[in-house]
Amino acid sequence: MTTSPGHPATGPATGVARDDSEGMDYLMSLPRRTVTVYLPLLCFLIVLLFPFYWMGLTSVKPNEELIDRSLNPWWVVDPTIAHYFHLIVNTDYPLWMWNTMVVAVSATLLSIVASVMAAYAIVRIRYSGSRWVGGMIFMAYLVPPSILFIPLALVVFQYGLFDSPMALILTYPTILIPFSTWLLMGYFKSIPYELEECALIDGASRWQILTRIVLPLSVPGIISAGIFAFTLCWNEFIYALVFISSSENKTVPVAVLSELVEGDIYHWGPLMAGALLGSVPVCIVYSFFVEHYVSSMTGAVKE
Amino acid sequence: MAEVRIRGVRKSFGNVEVIHGVDVDISDGEFVVLVGPSGCGKSTLLRMIAGLERITDGEVMIGGRVVNQMPPKERDVAMVFQNYALYPHMKVYDNMAFSMKLRGAEKSEVDQRVQKAADILGLTPFLERYPRQLSGGQRQRVAMGRAIVRDPQVFLFDEPLSNLDAKLRVQMRTEIKELHQRLKTTSVYVTHDQIEAMTMADRIVVMHDGIVEQAGEPLDLYDNPTNTFVAGFIGSPAMNFVRGTVRANGGPARLEAKDGVALPLGDGWSGQDGRSVVYGIRPEHLVLAEAGQRSVESEIAVVEPTGAETLLVSRVAGGEFQAVFRERHAFRPGTRVQLAPLLDKVHLFDAETGQRL
Repeated sequence: MTTSPGHPATGPATGVARDDSEGMDYLMSLPRRTVTVYLPLLCFLIVLLFPFYWMGLTSVKPNEELIDRSLNPWWVVDPTIAHYFHLIVNTDYPLWMWNTMVVAVSATLLSIVASVMAAYAIVRIRYSGSRWVGGMIFMAYLVPPSILFIPLALVVFQYGLFDSPMALILTYPTILIPFSTWLLMGYFKSIPYELEECALIDGASRWQILTRIVLPLSVPGIISAGIFAFTLCWNEFIYALVFISSSENKTVPVAVLSELVEGDIYHWGPLMAGALLGSVPVCIVYSFFVEHYVSSMTGAVKE
Repeated sequence: MAEVRIRGVRKSFGNVEVIHGVDVDISDGEFVVLVGPSGCGKSTLLRMIAGLERITDGEVMIGGRVVNQMPPKERDVAMVFQNYALYPHMKVYDNMAFSMKLRGAEKSEVDQRVQKAADILGLTPFLERYPRQLSGGQRQRVAMGRAIVRDPQVFLFDEPLSNLDAKLRVQMRTEIKELHQRLKTTSVYVTHDQIEAMTMADRIVVMHDGIVEQAGEPLDLYDNPTNTFVAGFIGSPAMNFVRGTVRANGGPARLEAKDGVALPLGDGWSGQDGRSVVYGIRPEHLVLAEAGQRSVESEIAVVEPTGAETLLVSRVAGGEFQAVFRERHAFRPGTRVQLAPLLDKVHLFDAETGQRL
């Protein structure tokens, strides 16, 4: 142990060191902790948060400051909300947000419902080839969207869905269902068999078992699948770019790029304001469910 | 309440047959224990009664109806699982009320039945708690409560006590037995613990490798095991076995074992002269020989006093002999002792088939 009694940083820590965390003793002195914990954390934070800082900074810089190279680029002298104002009043931004929301929520719901049923059937219902089906679904996940969008475009055209939100609502599940199904399969597997057998004897049908036993126990798993699906829909770019052409049907990621860039003129202020506002809903979703998200990635059903 | 009849039941998983034609009759209100080592098929048999496993061949009848093709919920059975299988997201009350609610019972009836079951099991203070807030014994009680609430024709227990610590197990054993005496519901109880089987059962069915070795009342099985498997499985400490040949000429009947050791036999066995047998004697049927009594000499290996009795492990004819004494003796490892088997308690089994002679 490297601690010395009375050291301010180790005062409460010596008590901790006596329990089962002895392998972490080297973290107990402040200088060591600085080097091994805080410094790497700081580096991570800077790398992760810098784009957001830059985005926020640019969105509040007046145009003069944006083009004036003599000023400090890391700071803003005279912040303005003009870009936000322009974005909300002079463009269709609220409509784009609405489109994105409708598409993301619908596609997510659709995918989760399909994934829950697929995963439950694969994991719990005995039929020949269930493993095989599970494997195939995962293989589907490995096909990159950038290849899939060409055949999908043909399908979208033939069903007459081009340039409508349905084009996205119905194609996003092709990316979402495989992953969600796999995530939920893992989660369903962690629910003890006996619970379902007991419910079966208690007189529940398959459907009742799913809705009254399995789903309530899988809430964390469903939430993390939902967050994953929602985030992916929200940020999706290539399908939205290809399948939507009119401005009033566009989603935020595509609209910000195509409507706020005129030729070679980048309206950096509104562009960044749009990007920042666009990431707010995802942040809100995450902040509400982060605990469920983590627990479903790390733990299982505990009786 | 109902009787359960199992007729020539077989079970195969793929090409592997794990139960090879089992017949068991369980009368109305009887408490039957299926006991056997792990992998003997006892749990599978129970699950077939419950309807959780398909019956490959044969018939299971509950209350006179053949239930082979019936889903579990129509069989009117309740099952208590080894890990209790309580629904973690429901409070104790809802766990117990779940099956009634599924059947669409009146709220007042559900309430009354749950309260009654909770009362019987002393669960009333815990009805508003979640299973995770209960101790192992309490969870076990909730699992039983869930079964009682339904008032089924048959209770099925699948090793319900094996997750409890030793002391609690003994306590719950008594509680289950009392409960059965009170409710008189036909019960089938699976365990690998022969003590549980002996103490709880009206009748024991000993299973081994997918067949029934013997079925009968506990003490009957103990006193008259039909083969070496049952003799060795029932009883703790287990019966002592010695292989050898019966000799009746040139002296009183005896068993000649390895190294020229001779074990005394009653005169009734004289007719088996020359036959290869397995000689079985229970530890409590070995006594210290008095002068002139026919006995066998053995070397004391280990002495295990438990207070109430003393277990003596000694070496005879290349094997181990266990003897139990209620009186206290000054045994010392390494010394020799003369053990006399009670001649009318000796069991002889055929050396080839293991069947009782």
